[in-house]
Amino acid sequence: MDLTVLFFLTSGLFLGWSLGANDAANVFGTAVGTRMVRFTTAALICSVFVILGAVISGAGASHTLGKLGSINTLAGAFMVALSSAVTVYIMTKWRLPVSTSQAIVGGIIGWNLFSDSVTDTSTMIKIFATWVACPLLAGAIAVSIFKVTQQFQKRVKLHLLRLDAYSRLALIFAGAFGAYSLGANNIANVMGVFVPVSPFTDFEVANLFTLSSVQQLFLFGAIAIAVGVFTYSKRVMLTVGQELLPLTPIAAWVVVVAHSIVLFLFASQGLEHLLASAGLPTIPLVPVSSSQAVIGAVVGIGLLRGGREIRWRVLGIIGVGWITTPVISAVMCFVALFFLQNVFNQQVYRAVHYELSSPVLEKLAQLDIATERLDDLQGKEFDSSVKFLEALEQKASLTAVQEQRALYYAEVEDFVIEPEKIDTLDADWLTPLQITALRELSGRTFRYKWRLAGALARRSDEWELKPDSKLNKLYNSEIEKKLDYIYRTFASNG
Amino acid sequence: MNFSFSKPTTFTFFGRTRALEAQIDEFLDKVSEAGLVFSRAMKVYLEQGKGKDYEAFLEHGTTVEHRGDDLRRGIETELYAQTLIPDFRGDVLSLLEDMDNLVNIYEANLYRFSIEGPEIPAEFRRDFWDLTETVVTCVESVVLAARAFFRDIEAVRDHNSKVMFYESQADKISTKLKRAVFASDLDLAHKTQLRYFVERIDELANEAEDIADYLAIYTIKRKI
Repeated sequence: MDLTVLFFLTSGLFLGWSLGANDAANVFGTAVGTRMVRFTTAALICSVFVILGAVISGAGASHTLGKLGSINTLAGAFMVALSSAVTVYIMTKWRLPVSTSQAIVGGIIGWNLFSDSVTDTSTMIKIFATWVACPLLAGAIAVSIFKVTQQFQKRVKLHLLRLDAYSRLALIFAGAFGAYSLGANNIANVMGVFVPVSPFTDFEVANLFTLSSVQQLFLFGAIAIAVGVFTYSKRVMLTVGQELLPLTPIAAWVVVVAHSIVLFLFASQGLEHLLASAGLPTIPLVPVSSSQAVIGAVVGIGLLRGGREIRWRVLGIIGVGWITTPVISAVMCFVALFFLQNVFNQQVYRAVHYELSSPVLEKLAQLDIATERLDDLQGKEFDSSVKFLEALEQKASLTAVQEQRALYYAEVEDFVIEPEKIDTLDADWLTPLQITALRELSGRTFRYKWRLAGALARRSDEWELKPDSKLNKLYNSEIEKKLDYIYRTFASNG
Repeated sequence: MNFSFSKPTTFTFFGRTRALEAQIDEFLDKVSEAGLVFSRAMKVYLEQGKGKDYEAFLEHGTTVEHRGDDLRRGIETELYAQTLIPDFRGDVLSLLEDMDNLVNIYEANLYRFSIEGPEIPAEFRRDFWDLTETVVTCVESVVLAARAFFRDIEAVRDHNSKVMFYESQADKISTKLKRAVFASDLDLAHKTQLRYFVERIDELANEAEDIADYLAIYTIKRKI
C-alpha cells in the first residue's frame, strides 16, 4: 500500500470530521437547542444515518469525484480538502454554521488561481445566490409552514404532552432523514477524489454481503463525519437552535422541515424532470445550501414573531462567516499549495494544454465565434486555460457560454481506448450498448474529449446527448457523468 | 403458560405520554373533588354544626389531599425524568404546585372548622353559604382554565374571565359579611374569629385569581 495515498487520505478524513462537526447542526441543531432531543441521542441518530446514507446511497455517486474532481493531482486535492477542513474547523470553533461545500469551492478557486486555471463565473454567482436567495426562500417557506401548523394546532387541540411527544418524534424523524441525505450527498465531496486510489479491496461480511472498496472508503469517511458529530457539533447546534433565536419545539420542527423542502424543491433535478415529463410547470432550480436554508428558516420565524427576539449580532457574525469561508479557504489553499509544491516537491497540478487546431476552429465557428480573426493563433499551444482565454479574447469578444465551450473544444488530452481497460469498467452502471460502442473503438486514440464523445455518439444512441431542455437535463447530466468516467479511465496519462 | 411481549418503543413512548396525561387529568379531578367535598362539608356545618357527617367529609377531604400530593409528585418526577416539555416544564410545575395549594387550603379550612368549631349565628349563615359557593365556583373555573392550558389554549381566556368575576363576587360577599359581623352585638373575640374564617374561605378565590394571572402569562408563552 502506498503510504503517500494513506497520508493524502487523512485530509479527506479531516474534511469529513469538520463536515460532521458543522453540518450536523443543520439537521439536529434546533432539536438539541430546544432541549427536545438530548445531544447524545441526536449525535447517535445522526451518526448512524450519516453512515447509512454514505454507504448505501453515497456509493451511487462513487463515479463522480465530487467537487474535488476538477483537481487533477492527488496532492492538489489533498491541499484543497485540507484548507477547506481547516476553514470549516475555524468556523466551528467560532460556533458558526457555514457551508462545507462553499469552503471546498473556495479551496478549488485557490487551486485554480495557483494552477492558472479559469474559474467558471457561474460558480461565483452560485455562491452569492446561495447567501441571498436560499435564506429568503427558506424563511418564506418556514413562515408558511409555521402558520399552517398553528392553525392545525388550534383545530386539533392536542394535549400539551401529546404535542410534545409528536414534535419530539417528528424532530427525530426529520433529523434522521436529514442525516441520511447529509451522508449521501456529501460523502462524494469528502472521499470521492480518493476512489481511484482507494487502498482497500472488496471483502465479504459473514457471507451476507460484500463491502466494495468504495463502500469501505465511504464507510471510513462516514465514520469521520460521525466522529465530528459526536466530538464537536454541539457548539454549532446551540448557535442554530438557541443563540440566534429562542425556538419553541414546533418552531424547531418547522425549521428542519422548511430546510428539507427548500433543498428538495429548489435543488432537485429529479423533481424538475418529473414535473417536466408530466407537462407541468417546473420550479426554477436555485443554488441552495443546508446551513443557509436553516438560518433563513430560523430568521423567518423570528420575523413572524415581530423580529424583537432575533439576536441580530449573532446573525451578523453568521453572515460574516458565510462570506469569509470561501475566501479564507481560497487564500489558505493558494499559500499552502505554494509550500507543498516548492518545499515538499509535490506535483499539485497537472498543466492542461489547449490548442487551436483546424478541427477546433471549425467547432468554434459553429458557436458563432469570428474564427477568421483567430487564424494567427492556429496551431499554437497554451499551457493554461487562463492564457488560452486571454489570447482568445484579444482577438474576439466571447460570452461566458462561448468561453466555456471554447475551453472544452480546445482542451488537449490524449485518450487511448485500451481493450483491457474496457473490461474493468463498471458494467452495472454503463449499458451493454454503451460498452459495445466502446469496444468498437478499441485501439483507437483521440486527442480531444469532444472527438471521443462524438465517436461514441455515432456508434450508439445511448451515448448521444439530447437537445438542451428541462426534460432532457437529467438524462444529459447522467451521460455527462458517464463520459467523465470514460475520460478518466482512458486518459493516456491517467 | 404466560407469554409476555415487550411493546415496540413508539407505542411505549406514546403509552407513557397517555398515562401522564391521565395522571394530570386525575390530579385536576382531585382539585375539583376537594371543592365539592368542601362545599358539602360547609353545608352540613352550617345546617348541623360539627358532627359525624362533617367529620366524614373531613376524612374524605384528607384522602383527596393525599392522593393529590401523590399524583403531583408522580407527574413532577415523570416530567423531569423523561425531560418532557422542556419549554413549559417550569410553568407546568408551578401550575401543579399552585393547584395543589388550593387543595391544601380546602383541607386546612376543613380542619379549622373541625378544631375551632366557630359558632355561626343564623343571620350570617346565608352569606357564609354564598361565599362558599362562590369561592368553589371560582376554583372550579380555574380548574377548567388549567385543563384548557393543556388541551385548548384558546379557551383559557374564557375560563380566566370567569375566575376574575367570581373572585370579585367573593370579595364583595366577604366584605359585606365582615361589616355585618362587626356591626352585630357579638363579643369581640367571636367577631374576630368569624372574620378569620371569612378571610380563610375568601383566600381560596384570591389564590385562584393569582393562578389565573399566571395562566394568562403561560398561555401567551405557549402561543408564540
